[in-house]
Amino acid sequence: MPKVRINGIDFEFERGTNLLEAAKFLGIEIPTLCYNEGLSAYGACRLCVVEIAYTNSPNNTKVVSSCTYPVEDNLVVRTHSRRVIQTRRMLLEMYLATCPQSKIIQDLASKWEVKQCRFKVKYEDCIMCGLCVRMCKEQMDARAINYVQRGYKRKITTPFDKKSEVCKLCGGCMYVCPVCQARCQGPQEKEPICNACISENPPCLDAWDDMKCYMDPCAWCEQEKREKVKK
Amino acid sequence: MTKLNSAIDLEKIVKKAKENQHLERPLIVVSSGTCGRARGSEKVFKAFEKTIKANELKDKVNLRDSCCHGFCEAEPNVIIFTNNGKHQKPIFYQKLKPEDVDEIIEKTILKNEIIDRLRYTDPQTNQKYTYFDEIPFYNKQYRLVSGNNVFVDPTNINDYFAIGGYCGLAKALTMKQEDVIAEVKKSGLRGRGGAGFPTGLKWEICRKQKGDEKYIICNADEGDPGAYMDRSLLEGNPHCVIEGIIIGAYAIGAKQGIIYVRTEYPLAIENLKIALDQARKCGLLGENILGSGFNFDIMIARGAGAFICGEETALIASIEGRIGEPRQRPPFPGEKGLWGKPTNINNVETWGTLPIVINHGAEKFAAIGTTGSKGTKIFSLVGKVRNTGLVEVPMGITLKEVIYDIGGGIPEDKAFKAVQTGGPSGGCMPKELLDLKIDYEGLTAAGSMMGSGGMIVMDENTCMVDVAKYFLNFLRDESCGKCFSCREGTQRMYEIVSEITEGKGKEGDIAFLKEVAQMVKDASMCGLGQTAANPVLSTLRYFEDEYIAHIKDKKCPAGVCKALIKYLILPDKCTGCMKCIKACPQNAITGERKKVHKLNQELCIKCGICKETCPFDAIIVE
Amino acid sequence: MSTQEVTIDIDKKEIDKVINIIENYGKKRTALISILQDIQERYLYLPEAAMSEVAKGLNIPLSEVYSVATFFRAFSLVPRGKHTCTVCMGTACHVRGAPRILDEFERRLNIKAGETTKDRHFSLESVNCLGCCAIGPVVVVDKEYHGEMNTNQVEKLIKQYQTKKLEPKKDQNDKT
Repeated sequence: MPKVRINGIDFEFERGTNLLEAAKFLGIEIPTLCYNEGLSAYGACRLCVVEIAYTNSPNNTKVVSSCTYPVEDNLVVRTHSRRVIQTRRMLLEMYLATCPQSKIIQDLASKWEVKQCRFKVKYEDCIMCGLCVRMCKEQMDARAINYVQRGYKRKITTPFDKKSEVCKLCGGCMYVCPVCQARCQGPQEKEPICNACISENPPCLDAWDDMKCYMDPCAWCEQEKREKVKK
Repeated sequence: MTKLNSAIDLEKIVKKAKENQHLERPLIVVSSGTCGRARGSEKVFKAFEKTIKANELKDKVNLRDSCCHGFCEAEPNVIIFTNNGKHQKPIFYQKLKPEDVDEIIEKTILKNEIIDRLRYTDPQTNQKYTYFDEIPFYNKQYRLVSGNNVFVDPTNINDYFAIGGYCGLAKALTMKQEDVIAEVKKSGLRGRGGAGFPTGLKWEICRKQKGDEKYIICNADEGDPGAYMDRSLLEGNPHCVIEGIIIGAYAIGAKQGIIYVRTEYPLAIENLKIALDQARKCGLLGENILGSGFNFDIMIARGAGAFICGEETALIASIEGRIGEPRQRPPFPGEKGLWGKPTNINNVETWGTLPIVINHGAEKFAAIGTTGSKGTKIFSLVGKVRNTGLVEVPMGITLKEVIYDIGGGIPEDKAFKAVQTGGPSGGCMPKELLDLKIDYEGLTAAGSMMGSGGMIVMDENTCMVDVAKYFLNFLRDESCGKCFSCREGTQRMYEIVSEITEGKGKEGDIAFLKEVAQMVKDASMCGLGQTAANPVLSTLRYFEDEYIAHIKDKKCPAGVCKALIKYLILPDKCTGCMKCIKACPQNAITGERKKVHKLNQELCIKCGICKETCPFDAIIVE
Repeated sequence: MSTQEVTIDIDKKEIDKVINIIENYGKKRTALISILQDIQERYLYLPEAAMSEVAKGLNIPLSEVYSVATFFRAFSLVPRGKHTCTVCMGTACHVRGAPRILDEFERRLNIKAGETTKDRHFSLESVNCLGCCAIGPVVVVDKEYHGEMNTNQVEKLIKQYQTKKLEPKKDQNDKT
């Protein structure tokens, strides 16, 4: 069985496990938008990216989506490195500008401390994650909708934009959609970002290259608490 | 066409083909690829046929219809081998018309006289050249692979036999498969499609896979705009590519090959079909090739207009009848490719180079080039350069030598600004880097890449911000659209750069662009997304002052971005001829005959027709 | 005004010819793109009925055929005009002024790239590289290449094809 090192932890996983599942098993949470355990992994949202390298060339790192990358021998994975966090934050900024009305995206932005949105807001209702397509194809076996066109013109629809004869009217596509769920009924900001439920975590990235506070309790947090108590 | 059952049969037919060529007779080779035909080379060829027949010279003079001699600027052209002593070297005549043909037969063929007006004139020095290899364009090249285009009619396999065609294959079939791969590894040949992965190593990975169902693919998608080297090889000498593929198939152990050609190359597809058919009839494809017991055949698959299908996994998806969406690697195509089987994919130029490597030996090939980049590379030298065409040069030659010595420099003596290599995944290099030696690592370190070989020269009237906008527009359209970072990222970068060219750029745009570019580079899955930011990053690296001029001063120094320029009529040059008034589609110019004309800026749409029409250069761009 | 709202379909007789094309390729999924290319060549676009037939013949969902048909630029879902003007927008042509030539075509024909004129006489397309960079900027009209174009020549070129009559197409699939 392939042995990998994730955030310094060595573990053997069954061949065919993807890095996202492997990290989850070890208690490490990686954000996703287009991943669903019951459907095949697609790798469209790019939020689950991690930084990997091989033990024989540890400085030759690359960033890959963890949901589609299989475990391999001699793989070293860092799920919360500086490069990964910066990439995730920029991605979330772009998501906010695309679909600010989605609760899931606002929650993710708060969780990852994205406090600015420098892009022009577009208010679209689809992020092209493909969950609906895969749901329709793999779970419902209807295949009524699919991707159409390519590049910036890409969209998801039925053939010829006509009412589908094979659609089973199951509502599965709406069920899995991460953007369909409207944002919470709480404060309504004029800006695309809400940040109402943001948690104030210490900026440990200033001290280290890897974010430590997914490990509970984090030594840095504990130290800060102790300092506060002393004062 | 006789079926060849052994290497000895091949030797015999090669000898016979050489004899049948009658090289003691004068030979006229007309260049008739797609570019040549666009300028009327078919009519020139027909005129030669007619005149030769009329003068009863059919058995005394050889005429060959070849494709692409590389010097596109001089199309239609002919190379004449007089073969009789007075002119030992081949003669080169350029920019021919059908009317010139009679004179060529009468004077050059029958009397050995040179026709002065058809000689090539160097636009910089005004010196005239008679002989093909003395012309500066050809002089510094090393036409190892593309040079054979002159010696073959692509629709006649006998021409290919006459230059020793398929002898490389015969030699490979006598070697063990591992030895063929070892030879390719020794030569140092690296993939010519862009990434430059060592070919021998790639073959070895595929060969090591278990199972006897393996595939070979020739990537002839050539999507980079401005690059057409593969088209020239496929149109001009398809057999060298076919031979290379069969050698590779033998070494790896594949039974089926596929050549994936883009649909925009109709002549290449036609010539390939003819060549494959002839190779099959001669027993070079099919069962028991040259009596070796090796079975292999090739089919053609057409592209359907998608740049992303040049990427290996997207190409495979397209052959399988699915949309051209790349997939995550590992597993690499060499392990799991077409239909889940081990598949080896190489570029047209790589395949075309292999017969030479096997036939002439790896050491000879490795003797050319630099330590890390062996052999020669074909580039398409285009854009603002005098001698546009396809040039084949040894690795290690400098950019300056290619652009100035071979290319003849910039037309109208304008200032050189940048040269772009690597297509939409590459970058621009400014004049400070003209002494850079061309090789894989050197170009990557400079912020660009080798790519498939497109080399686009830009002058003082090219706006680098507009160039970045052009590439981003290309990429946002060609992206498959799967990865959010690539699809949305290229669109957003395009929007930001677009606004800069419209004078709507603001403080902080450049820093923001760099951040977005870094994210697109890191988060995207395939090569297109990962290199999508290169045009922006490389133009920012060397030409940041142009971006600042657009943002702060709202000016386009090169005079290109419509929103930031004005067309002006110079009062001291305008003669009042009224030509521009008639030409202007918006009626924005008014005036009377012999009086200075006036241009109404509010009606002007900056189309540039007036400037092109004015015979006195009285209209300028500010 | 775009012609995208018009839905033109083929009649029942033609369906047999489409089935023929599918069978010629052995009804294999891998031939999907080749089949669509043959249909495109015959009808100058991909009719809805033809695509449904392809889905049936290859036993794949219509949504997948439609996905492939809209992914690739070579296919058109709207009938193309009698004469197709293709302006090359490759890098070399761009640097030599191709965008101005495309603008001029759009202005003269009153349509945008990718559209067809109301009388279905002209279609305007842009392509990312024809591989003729040396003679750029290049415009191809009905397989005839016109090199070294400039904005002045556009009007003349359009007039040339306005009066030209189309030659009758040779029917390759007609087995009758």
